[in-house]
Amino acid sequence: MTDLPVLRQVRPLAALRAPLAWPVLPLATALVLVASLAWAQMGAQAEARPETTSALAAMLRWAPLIFGGFLFNVLVSVLSMTLGTALGFPLGLLLIAHARPARALGQGLTQFFRNAPWLVLLFFVMFLLPFELHIGGLTIPLPSWAKSVLGLALPVAANVAELVRGALQSIPEPQWSAARGLAFGKLQTIRLVILPQAIRRMLPPWMNLYAILTMATTLISIVGIQDGLTITRAAIASDARPELMLPLYLFLLLLFFAYCYPIARATLVLERRFQVRG
Amino acid sequence: MHGTLADLFRWINDRYGLNFSPFIDAYDGQRFLLGLRTTIELSLTCILFSVLLGVLGAWLLSTRSRLAQGAVRCYVQAFRNTPPLVQLAFFYFAVGGLLHSGPGAQGSAPLIDGYGWAVISFSLLAGAFNVEIFRSGVEAVPPTMVEAAEGLGFSKLQTYRYVLAPLGLRICLPALTNNLVNLVKTTTLAYAIGVPELLYAASQIWSEVMNVREMMYLLLVVYTGLVAVLVWVMERWERALHMPGYSP
Repeated sequence: MTDLPVLRQVRPLAALRAPLAWPVLPLATALVLVASLAWAQMGAQAEARPETTSALAAMLRWAPLIFGGFLFNVLVSVLSMTLGTALGFPLGLLLIAHARPARALGQGLTQFFRNAPWLVLLFFVMFLLPFELHIGGLTIPLPSWAKSVLGLALPVAANVAELVRGALQSIPEPQWSAARGLAFGKLQTIRLVILPQAIRRMLPPWMNLYAILTMATTLISIVGIQDGLTITRAAIASDARPELMLPLYLFLLLLFFAYCYPIARATLVLERRFQVRG
Repeated sequence: MHGTLADLFRWINDRYGLNFSPFIDAYDGQRFLLGLRTTIELSLTCILFSVLLGVLGAWLLSTRSRLAQGAVRCYVQAFRNTPPLVQLAFFYFAVGGLLHSGPGAQGSAPLIDGYGWAVISFSLLAGAFNVEIFRSGVEAVPPTMVEAAEGLGFSKLQTYRYVLAPLGLRICLPALTNNLVNLVKTTTLAYAIGVPELLYAASQIWSEVMNVREMMYLLLVVYTGLVAVLVWVMERWERALHMPGYSP
């Protein structure tokens, strides 16, 4: 270890600290959206198709449907995040276990699910799980949306495990020894001493992961589940109006942006707050 | 290649009923290899362009121009906070449709094909992340270093070339590795627009040979292997650049 100043921690970006972006970006996007609508309208008029409704009317007709699809994406993201966290937490504990086989198992699983592409894992779960499970005399139906939730939860679990491990290990070693000195067991130490401190450090990367997951939920449209992207494409196809493509896709992008950008900002704020005290 | 290896996999097929057809059937093998090549080419092209975009963006952020800074910030935030798949669909269907629906373009081949749009879309996506990575690397170089360089009479460009870039690069390499790994994994999305990359090739094979499970295993192994190779190269580079007492 040296005291050279190069070792200083990476600072949060000035680009993000600046008071800018929040109102500017959605405004710019909205402007582009309006412009593309106007452009689509002009295109329709130039081709003189009086029977078609105006681009704005078509847009307004489809917007609620697309918004509904987007809400389904959000629902899937919440379910996957819940399941992924529930699976990832014990996996993270496995990663810092003392027993070598347990640690090796945890590392194997984590590395595997972190390094495989999300889409391939999703295919894997969609195609290789049966449509219903027979456990004893019980038959549990596995609809495709439930399988897709599981498919997205697997990489989430591996990432949660990794961030749990990182946060637990970031707590200074004396805390562990002190707890051991007070005759706490390992699980007790984690639950009563380490975790309360580590949770704060887990929260920002966990929120970041959630935003990534929310954006990844559009992958389920590839495996044939109706989400926001599927509905957007269906809307464009059913009207047979290619000029609507630009505004409708922009609308969908804007929905995701409006949801994920505040999460990203909040993550940064939390990161900064915890950094000062930590 | 289709000698003893094919025999081995034929034996596995007979013994365990696992049909790894790319190793047995020459045609499937060819398709699989072509998919692998496309994936590697796509990844390398996107890595190149995304790094260039990252350097350009980080440089623009360091200039005095408010307009350039604002534009780069908007670009970064827009691409970081929207789904990559929708970005790809937007480029391929909406922008691509726009480009060849103009007058006189009917019936002609599209100006940019699916592969081209995948390169553009993924490069822009990974580039947005690279901007922040390079920027944070340069910012992590202590201001005293820059002052020292100025004191030695370095010009702004020279300071960048000899002080900020070499030190910043060493600081941000781990983050860059992480992002490039994500980029390689993201290339699977090109499946959605019919680019014949690895996932697409595999899906074609399994829909004909009906060996979904085996192809899935193969895919997972190959992608994990590709990522491992990339990580290995980047870590070697990191070690090669390591300056005792300097890098974290």
